[in-house]
Amino acid sequence: MTTPTRGFFGRRRERDPRLPPGQYDVGNDWPVLTAEPSPRIVPETWSITVDGKVANPSSWTWDEAHKLPPSEYRGAIHCVTTWSKFDTWFAGVSVDTLLEVAGPTAEAAFVMATSKTGYTTNLPLADVTGGKAWVVWEFDGKPLPIEHGGPVRLLVPHLYFWKSAKWVTRLTLMARDQPGFWEQNGYHDRGDPWREQRYQGD
Amino acid sequence: MAGVADAPRGGWRTATVVTTDQPVARAVRLRLDVADRMDHLPGQHYVVRLTAPDGYTAQRSYSIASAPGDPLVELCIERLDDGEVSTYLADVAEPGDEIEVRGPIGGWFVWDCATPALLVAGGFGVVPLVSMLRTAHVLDRVDLLRVAASARTLAELPYADELAAAGALIALSREGRGIRPAGRLSDADLVPLWEPDQTAYVCGSASFAEAASQLVVAMGFPTGRVRVERFGPSGS
Repeated sequence: MTTPTRGFFGRRRERDPRLPPGQYDVGNDWPVLTAEPSPRIVPETWSITVDGKVANPSSWTWDEAHKLPPSEYRGAIHCVTTWSKFDTWFAGVSVDTLLEVAGPTAEAAFVMATSKTGYTTNLPLADVTGGKAWVVWEFDGKPLPIEHGGPVRLLVPHLYFWKSAKWVTRLTLMARDQPGFWEQNGYHDRGDPWREQRYQGD
Repeated sequence: MAGVADAPRGGWRTATVVTTDQPVARAVRLRLDVADRMDHLPGQHYVVRLTAPDGYTAQRSYSIASAPGDPLVELCIERLDDGEVSTYLADVAEPGDEIEVRGPIGGWFVWDCATPALLVAGGFGVVPLVSMLRTAHVLDRVDLLRVAASARTLAELPYADELAAAGALIALSREGRGIRPAGRLSDADLVPLWEPDQTAYVCGSASFAEAASQLVVAMGFPTGRVRVERFGPSGS
């Protein structure tokens, strides 16, 4: 354990067991952290593409995506800047549903998510399959706000939230891992909050 | 969109508080002697981690105000009444205290010290821009930077004198200054600061950063040339 800081006692003694190490409960707030200006995307012009190491590269328009079997997530999200938010409710479609159509090839092992802005983030394929990842357009039963990635963002709630790419338009399956935007800028390739994988080398 | 791929990246270090002061209300400025320090690039930040006797920790990220060549690392932090780390730093920390820091961190909101830049900040968002300005002074390349800083009143703007001396446009929403009437930062403020080939750096609260980055985009900056750093009571 590190030497205590003189005179620091901290405020929160009752620690919620849902909080990963080094995180705090932000309550009802939902901070906005984005490296670029928010793009204005008209839903009718949005589409999501799954390509790369897949048998059937596929795209869905806004209307087509909404006709897929709906799926939702209720639970916590964790930002690397140390806030966590409990009891969120997102709705959209499971990434599994998109991958069932696209059909990952045997060599597919990683995913690069790309946003309308050019933002990218890389994930192991295993972290977006098996009911762990969504493409979402609703928050708390309402359209996802632009500043939080609307109309559509990726949601991978078991990893730090920079992995949940805002304004997502493409999932590219890859045989080998490549660093995305923050990952090139010092952040961890996986980003598991329970292991405090914040920065490269953690 | 690519940042500075080889930006310096430092691990945990022990920092000794050398001086603290209160440059504006609701702020604390800390000058830190960081052992075995890796020099930063202007725009990068440090993480400060406080540890309680029982091992409980709290950590937050703060932008660096000092230039890389400064022997000390300067942070200027907004004191949030309900903050856990900022209240400690403002109310408790004193010269001689040791605190844990990690840095420098960040490769996106970083000025390369060689290309033209438009710097736009609100309130405590000026901190990383001050590092850029100080670095430009050292390199004698102040000509590369155009700066706009926004606050409600001059008294609330950190580093106001230093910014004004550097020729920054200061936009005050609650009071007039010179020939500029009170009012929010607008395109009329920013357009005269435009130069070819600039990259824009926008830093401030989430709402300021959103509004200012949209102003910059409306001026014609391609979104890939706009770098945004947002912070807030919860995000910083």
